[in-house]
Amino acid sequence: MAYSEKVIDHYQNPKNVGTLDKSKNSVGTGLVGAPECGDVMRLQIEVDEATGIIKDAKFKTFGCGSAIASSSLATEWLKGKSVDEAVKIDNMTIVEELNLPPVKIHCSVLAEDAIKAAINDYRKKNGLEELQFEDSVVH
Amino acid sequence: MLNLPVYLDHNATTPCDPRVVEAMIPYFTQSFGNAASRNHPFGWQAEEAVDYAREQVAKLIGADPKEIIFTSGATEGDNLGIKGVFEMYASKGNHIITCNIEHKAVLDTCKHIEREGGGVTYLNVKPNGLIDLQELEAAIKPTTILIAIMYANNEIGTIMPVREISAIARKHGVLFFTDGVQAVGKIPVDVNKDGIDIMAFTAHKMYGPKGVGALYVRRKNPRVKVTAQIDGGGHERGMRSGTLNVPGIVGFGKACEICMQEMESDTARIIKLRDKLEQALLKVEESYLNGDKEQRLPHVSNISFKYVEGEGLLMGFNKNIALSSGSACTSASLEPSYVLKALGLGDDLAHSSLRFGLGRYTTEEQIDFTIEQVAGTVNKLREMSPLWEMFKEGIDLDTVQWAHH
Repeated sequence: MAYSEKVIDHYQNPKNVGTLDKSKNSVGTGLVGAPECGDVMRLQIEVDEATGIIKDAKFKTFGCGSAIASSSLATEWLKGKSVDEAVKIDNMTIVEELNLPPVKIHCSVLAEDAIKAAINDYRKKNGLEELQFEDSVVH
Repeated sequence: MLNLPVYLDHNATTPCDPRVVEAMIPYFTQSFGNAASRNHPFGWQAEEAVDYAREQVAKLIGADPKEIIFTSGATEGDNLGIKGVFEMYASKGNHIITCNIEHKAVLDTCKHIEREGGGVTYLNVKPNGLIDLQELEAAIKPTTILIAIMYANNEIGTIMPVREISAIARKHGVLFFTDGVQAVGKIPVDVNKDGIDIMAFTAHKMYGPKGVGALYVRRKNPRVKVTAQIDGGGHERGMRSGTLNVPGIVGFGKACEICMQEMESDTARIIKLRDKLEQALLKVEESYLNGDKEQRLPHVSNISFKYVEGEGLLMGFNKNIALSSGSACTSASLEPSYVLKALGLGDDLAHSSLRFGLGRYTTEEQIDFTIEQVAGTVNKLREMSPLWEMFKEGIDLDTVQWAHH
């Protein structure tokens, strides 16, 4: 199976690989997937407390090229968005942007789940109610 | 000089040896006859060529040419060998013993036999990829008609204790079938010394063309018969009808002849390269060899690089190096290799495996390049692996609550 150029580019030059200090209240961490499934994503956001804008985002991913690209792209999209906007990122926009084939859609679902998990972690740390999401359909 | 791309997937298929192609060419355009045409020179030439190839093929495995049935490949051979015995020996019994790391062509055929009312015992392998001979013997019942155990495994290259297996089969009056696809042409296989009754193998794994293979069927001590699965003109002593693929068979014969002549020198060269590759890659932290280190084909190495995912790893160099992985990230089930899981490997290690299959044209420069590329990509991906970071922080990944997908 051939990868799209965008997937290859993210794989070769991943954006925002790294780790944020998860002890900070301004940092939310989402860890999704499982080693047995061949995909684990950790996505972190750092929120500017004054503006509510995501000022930094980092990821680390264990997985195939599409999983790495999905999380790399997600971190790019997160930066500069408000938390409320970030919640709205839909996995299908990741699929479209990266041209993922059907067998790789689960990579984008995982990225969406990681975003939501990071946001909820941030909300929880800051005394906000965790958002309820419907279970993702494609697993 | 470094030749790119590097092909290290010789367990999947091999390139045709140019000498093989050269031998085949006249049989497409000049001597194109049907080997079953008995009344003109075109047919005679074709028949003569097939007879010669049959001798070349038989010689490689120490068989009599009359014991070679040409097929379309090993999948057909596996089907004909197993289903053919199941049907032919129905009056003796309906039980077959095989193992859980066989190729799908054997496993799916066995599943078919179960649907037909047969009984199949699937032996588990030990962590080194070999079967337990005591378990094998204990599994034999009065109704057992066949033991079907592969000669060597396609994913990890381990070589089964074939002579011990055949001795057990003999002792109990059970036939022994082996899928010899990965072994024939690579290591010495002798149907008499090894006690094999039926064996499937194929040309394209030994530098011959695709679409042609053979089933060895013993004619003496005991005389074995299989029920044909393809009916028609009664070719191949009635066991496999269908016009013979003359150019393919000629190429197969030539490939066998070359393997026989060059096996020793090829193996000596390839095993050195394989060991160099393996030793270098096992120096990478948290890398593990899969399958028995000793009882193994000389050209195969299967290594897991913990905390990186196989398909992601391949992507780092698959423009330049052709390899395969035990990961199955593309399959709908997301299930990693059943062979590696059968060894008792966790899914994480199975997802992290690469299979290296060296071949006749692999060069030392290519191996050096592969070492550098694979080790480099492993390190790069670990830098972006959350699992590697957790491992380095001393977190036991087995205690983590994963959000399962």
